[in-house]
Amino acid sequence: MNDVKKSEVGKHGQKREPLIHITKRVGVPIWKSIMIRAIAIGAALVVCGVLTMLFTGDNPLSIYASFFVGAFGDPQKIWFTMQNLVILLGIALAVTPAFKMKFWNTGAEGQVLAGGLATAMCMFWLGGKIPDWFLIIVMLTAGVAAGMLWGILPAVFKAKWNTNETLFTLMMNYVAIQLIEWFLKIADKTGSNTVGPTVLKYGWLPDLFGQKYLFNIIVVAALTVFIYIYLKYSKHGYEISVVGESEKTARYIGINVPKVIIRTMALSGAICGLMGFLLVGVTSHSISADTAGGRGFTAIMVSWLAQFNPIFMVLTSLLLVFLGRGAEEVSTKFDLNQSFSDIVTGIILFFIIGCEFFIRYKVNFRGHHEKKENN
Amino acid sequence: MDIIITFIQRAIMQGTPLLFGSTGEIITEKSGNLNLGIPGIMYIGGISGVIGGFFYQNSGVRLNSFLAILIPTACALLGSALASLLYCFLTVTLRANQNVTGLALTTFGVGFGNFFGGSLIRLVNSDTPSISLVTLSKAFRKPLPFAEDLGVFGELFLSYGFMVYLAVIIAIAAGVILTKTRLGLNLRAVGENPATADAAGINVTAYKYGATVIGGMIAGLGGLYYVMDYSNGGWENNAFGDRGWLAIALVIFAVWKPIIGIIGSYLFGGLYILYNYINVSMSVQPLIQMLPYVVTIIVLILISIRKKRETQPPASLGQPYFREER
Repeated sequence: MNDVKKSEVGKHGQKREPLIHITKRVGVPIWKSIMIRAIAIGAALVVCGVLTMLFTGDNPLSIYASFFVGAFGDPQKIWFTMQNLVILLGIALAVTPAFKMKFWNTGAEGQVLAGGLATAMCMFWLGGKIPDWFLIIVMLTAGVAAGMLWGILPAVFKAKWNTNETLFTLMMNYVAIQLIEWFLKIADKTGSNTVGPTVLKYGWLPDLFGQKYLFNIIVVAALTVFIYIYLKYSKHGYEISVVGESEKTARYIGINVPKVIIRTMALSGAICGLMGFLLVGVTSHSISADTAGGRGFTAIMVSWLAQFNPIFMVLTSLLLVFLGRGAEEVSTKFDLNQSFSDIVTGIILFFIIGCEFFIRYKVNFRGHHEKKENN
Repeated sequence: MDIIITFIQRAIMQGTPLLFGSTGEIITEKSGNLNLGIPGIMYIGGISGVIGGFFYQNSGVRLNSFLAILIPTACALLGSALASLLYCFLTVTLRANQNVTGLALTTFGVGFGNFFGGSLIRLVNSDTPSISLVTLSKAFRKPLPFAEDLGVFGELFLSYGFMVYLAVIIAIAAGVILTKTRLGLNLRAVGENPATADAAGINVTAYKYGATVIGGMIAGLGGLYYVMDYSNGGWENNAFGDRGWLAIALVIFAVWKPIIGIIGSYLFGGLYILYNYINVSMSVQPLIQMLPYVVTIIVLILISIRKKRETQPPASLGQPYFREER
């Protein structure tokens, strides 16, 4: 870094230095990076508050209060927030190993839907014909396998021919969506755009302690720990981070790169498929093209914002779910359009995305630089 | 015979928003920016045009067809330019991850469109859940002269609103500029290898900003066309659907060549509505609508296997460029 600075000075000689000069930060202290993020989130909340104020004319404090009520107002809302949280977190955990490998999997939405679709198909065609406990096992296997298939396909082509994975996985989303539309037309002759619990009658998991969402919460909590350990302490995790840092290094030290790519995407897809199973088989017992509800895309941002750290992901997904639920409450209360929550989510994402720059880089102004030289 | 003509007409009309979107995205991607915010930008373009048109139509002045076109178009261009500027600021100046920024922009853009669409609908106090700018839309839909006198030829080639031709002209112009001019050569250099382009004295940041904003504005016109022409000036939330992603698929199908994009867009448009014209059962419809995506995947695989230099994505696509990090 110092070399760069010197050469800049040398090159310009008598000429004036550029007003702003950007250098990479090395070893940012953790409190500083947390502070920068906190400032960004704070600024975003202020902007969202002002915006809400403009639309509703309410005072900012009561707006933030309604956000809070929307997410945590009563036990039922807390459970619902938790359900949204764990599903988003689960999908974010799923995409993380691939992202650490710099495999840009934008197809989580499709992988979740494929898992959900396979689950629903088992419920529809096998329901009532085999015992329920066995059906649940079949559903789980089918869901995970379908998600895995959706993940492995792009990975194989990436590993073998370096096919662009971002675009491939993106297209797979819409293949999955259209397959669901096809299934809906078969399962429900009335042409409605969702197939619900009245059709998918079999293979329901009994509620744990009478709580509908508890099972999902336990599964995802276990998953968080698993992914944390897998990435940090296992040999696979090590291989993933080497491939992500430099494919050439990975090849040089004898890592079978295609194998790592395919294996990691199989895992990613399988977890997405599991989330599809949880959504369709365990909680809603219904399926539509909107089952994943864009969470496959939001999860990508959750994972990236948390710097691929599963523990931070709990916080980033909580933040996004909180804002989403809160904005829904505000829009219901003030009779705004439901899409208000998307705008709020978008704004907060822009702020967090932008603030990463100030964590990774240092902005030097012309004056500062000279002072340092004098010292 | 008649049904074939109608089918081709509808395919062209269905393909036009895709053509705008894919031409814009091709220009953007040629600078190395993989803008996954295009679906959002198309929504923003559409709703900005609707907002402009809505206030013009309800302002009480006598409408003239020149302003009826100018105001929504200017608003759409402005809205989509601002959205693309935001994307550029985050990815080029602040060096953020392109995929994440793009997806965030799509979330925001779709929400922005539906929110203001929904709010405007409430403003008019009508019973139907949509806004209708029929008067303005007539100016957009005005066919070319002689269209009715020239029989089949007129119906097939002259019967559309001006934006259909605009889309083709922009695509051809983009194709020519990219391959035949110095500007295009520099832009492609930036997308292929920004470090080399930088060393050759090309202002990488300026090219990235320029291409992304112009690309975004063109894509925004796609949203405008969809509302003002295709759906007769009616805005309905989420009606635009997944067309933005289809436009991104089309970029691959056209192997990053805007002129192939023209044919591709009409083909995709045709596939999108084919189920209305052939005798299939309800359940097969989604499978036909799936075809554009499947075809795109196959094209993507084929170009990566054949590795022909002319058909590869820009080499630095999706990667940020920092001069200091070499």
